Amino acid sequence: MRKVLIKGNDAIVRGALLGGATHFFGYPITPASEIAQGAANLFTRSGRTFLQAESETSAINMIYGAASTGARVMTASSGPGVALMLEGLSYLAGAELPSVIVDVQRAGPGLGNIWPEQSDYNMCCKGGGHGSFHNIVLAPSSGQEMTDFAYRAFDIADAYRMTVIILTDAYVGQMMEPVGFPSAVRHGARKSWAVYGDESSRQNLISSIVMNQTGMAELNIMLQEKYARAARDLTDWDEIETEDAEFLLIAFGITSRVASTAVSHLRENGLKVGLLRPKTLFPFPSERIAELAGQVNLMAVAELNNGMMAQDVELAVRGGCDVRKYNWYGGMVPSADELASRVREDFNG
Amino acid sequence: MVKHAKPKGFYDTFERKSSQGGPESETTHYCPGCGHGTVHKLIAEALEDFGIKDRTVFLSPVGCSVFAYYYFDTGNIQCSHGRAPAVGTGVIRSLDDAVVISYQGDGDLAGIGTAEIVHAANRGENMAVFFVNNAIYGMTGGQLAPTTLLGQETTTTPLGRLADREGGPIHMSEMLDALDGPAFIERTSLSNAAGVMKTRKAVRKALTNQVERRGFSFVEILSPCPVGWKLTPIQSRIWIKDNMETIFQVKRFRDREEGSRGTGRMPLMGDEELKELLGSDHGEEARKGENLETECRVKIAGFGGQGVMSAGVLLANTAIGEGLEATWLPSYGPEMRGGTANASVVISDEPVGSPVVNRPTTLLAMNGPSLDSLEDSVITGGLIVVNSSLINRKVRRDDVKVVYAPVSDMAAEAGFLKGANVVMLSLYLLEKGVPGIQTLKTVIPKSIKKKELVEVNLKLVKAAEEFHAS
Amino acid sequence: MSGNRVEVNQDLCKACRVCVETCPQHCLELGSAINALGYQAVRFDSVDCTACGMCFYVCPEPGALTVIKGEDA
Repeated sequence: MRKVLIKGNDAIVRGALLGGATHFFGYPITPASEIAQGAANLFTRSGRTFLQAESETSAINMIYGAASTGARVMTASSGPGVALMLEGLSYLAGAELPSVIVDVQRAGPGLGNIWPEQSDYNMCCKGGGHGSFHNIVLAPSSGQEMTDFAYRAFDIADAYRMTVIILTDAYVGQMMEPVGFPSAVRHGARKSWAVYGDESSRQNLISSIVMNQTGMAELNIMLQEKYARAARDLTDWDEIETEDAEFLLIAFGITSRVASTAVSHLRENGLKVGLLRPKTLFPFPSERIAELAGQVNLMAVAELNNGMMAQDVELAVRGGCDVRKYNWYGGMVPSADELASRVREDFNG
Repeated sequence: MVKHAKPKGFYDTFERKSSQGGPESETTHYCPGCGHGTVHKLIAEALEDFGIKDRTVFLSPVGCSVFAYYYFDTGNIQCSHGRAPAVGTGVIRSLDDAVVISYQGDGDLAGIGTAEIVHAANRGENMAVFFVNNAIYGMTGGQLAPTTLLGQETTTTPLGRLADREGGPIHMSEMLDALDGPAFIERTSLSNAAGVMKTRKAVRKALTNQVERRGFSFVEILSPCPVGWKLTPIQSRIWIKDNMETIFQVKRFRDREEGSRGTGRMPLMGDEELKELLGSDHGEEARKGENLETECRVKIAGFGGQGVMSAGVLLANTAIGEGLEATWLPSYGPEMRGGTANASVVISDEPVGSPVVNRPTTLLAMNGPSLDSLEDSVITGGLIVVNSSLINRKVRRDDVKVVYAPVSDMAAEAGFLKGANVVMLSLYLLEKGVPGIQTLKTVIPKSIKKKELVEVNLKLVKAAEEFHAS
Repeated sequence: MSGNRVEVNQDLCKACRVCVETCPQHCLELGSAINALGYQAVRFDSVDCTACGMCFYVCPEPGALTVIKGEDA
């Protein structure tokens, strides 16, 4: 495979186009604007559709409209913009419309700053809007995964009729790495439920309103069953040096990159430390983490927020193992040395 | 002979409303004397007469007409509050031949959805918008609407709307008439039969415009809400005449009869063309490269404009050209550390872990502030290359290797001051050996976009080689 | 006798009386029977109907009124 040195944000656009994306509706926000700029160039030139909306609220509703017509549709934003899209995410979930949303996380709350955090974890992984719904959340940690996940995201979204969020961060988005591209261009198939403005789809209705309680309850139960199916089929993670690990680090995205370096330093010093890196945050690799809880003495979750993923880890281990929280805020990404010394303290303590 | 009967634009029976049969599945959910039913009938009639049911995508709003999809035998999309014009934008950008109808009330369109309607109108989107203005929130129980008249009592203005408190009624047709985008804007009234027939004409005009791709067409309809206004259906029609029509002028604001609106899209590329556009098959063939003794963590720092970012990209590409792994990470945005910008490059013979360089093995310092802020971060035994053209002082540390080189002067001598970054990068490669300077020479022609600059850059590499040899 | 007439579907009328007020020939009036929806549906009783359709267009219910043009008109 040939590889090109490109930014993660560019890798997303290319992966999405190869994955069959036909529509991009967006609104600029640092550090995600490069995705909109890349899409403005490549979606337009390739005869796909790029449109800059008047707001994130409008962008997500343009997505709702285009997704209703069966299109493979996406947007990209960062925390403050994704927050404005939550209304739309709820409607997308209720109407079971497939879409792909990239969240290039920045620091918060409020306007925060443009440096990386992972504090949109709860917003993206817990549904984040009105109602009992979830999005599928993919967490790339490299330029290659930015392309690969964007490429796959549209198939997943179509298969489950769900929103797929690619939850990344300012560093993975800005970082350049060699990336190889899939060789086949994917295309969406005609959808039996979509509205195409033709006779055979005329009876179709895209809606999230169900006035009677039993009908609304049935929709919710069906959604939960769908999420359970997604958990069975899609849960994905990576492990480094876990076979004999006595201490398990858990991290995703940019933090997992730092953690992998820290683990190799710690191993050189003879400490049996392993790393589990979720590639899907929803569904979350709870079962594997629960298994490892029976093997390791201690777990630590390293993340650029106040311990959001650590809560999922604690739920997974159900008290079977002590879980430490290593948290950074404001765009402060730890060095591998800093992370390694935190592990060393807890390992020996 | 049947002259007027239930239009075929409606479903025969309204199964989505009630599958129990009986009158419930044949009547609307609207209150007696409500204007929505009349407007629905005018639209349904036009859908039948124009033969456009199959092509039509009907957008229901939030408000009393939230259930419009019970009735219209078309493709239906129920939208969130006020966002229908954005949803319609998504639909029409995907279905070139669709007739998109956005049906909205005053709370939906003139309140929560003001941004969406203004921008869809301004873009001139191919859609027909039917704006039912009854000066009150019906569905939620008779509250203040943006179009509520001054003095009008609602459940949230029990003492009447007051200009000093709530402002006056908003005039959407006039507002949209200030934009270049719309093709057709008209305000009509359901106050009497003549008004209904004028509304019928306007509805048909707006839909004809969609068939002919004339663009954004907006019909504001002054419509009765007897229950919300606490009037009888008959009284409410008189109230429109006496009160609403004096505030909201009934007239045709615009009718652009010529021209049609295109999709604004370029021709659709096939798979091979797309891959060519993306450069999917370009780049370097991955191969296993030389072994590095240790991972190289390089910080290239200088003023914005000194090419530190592009030097980093060249370095990463040079490493990849030798089959090594590399990451490049910029400092970006408003720079906070003493006016310097920097790029972090990590080169390894294994997949790179952290791309963050806090403790560089090498610092390439293009200016004084960079050396000042980053000198101490270099690891013991590391390397600092100092641009002695701009940095007058010596490195204070004695546990690192230091190379002083007037890279800016060397670049200026070659007639290309902006190439100082390439001189600096070349010196680094010559110092380390891996990745090698020969690879850089093959990377430069591929990486530099302005082809006329390739030669001068290669000349700068040569200058660096001569400097290094001396 | 024109034969023009308005058929009122008694089950679907909500008795808003807008057609009654609108008809230029005064062909429609409220009836006395209460329909399944609880309204006193409008009834048609006239020979003066011109089949102009005004009642049809002002009526908010899709299927309540059907206007028939007489064969001899």
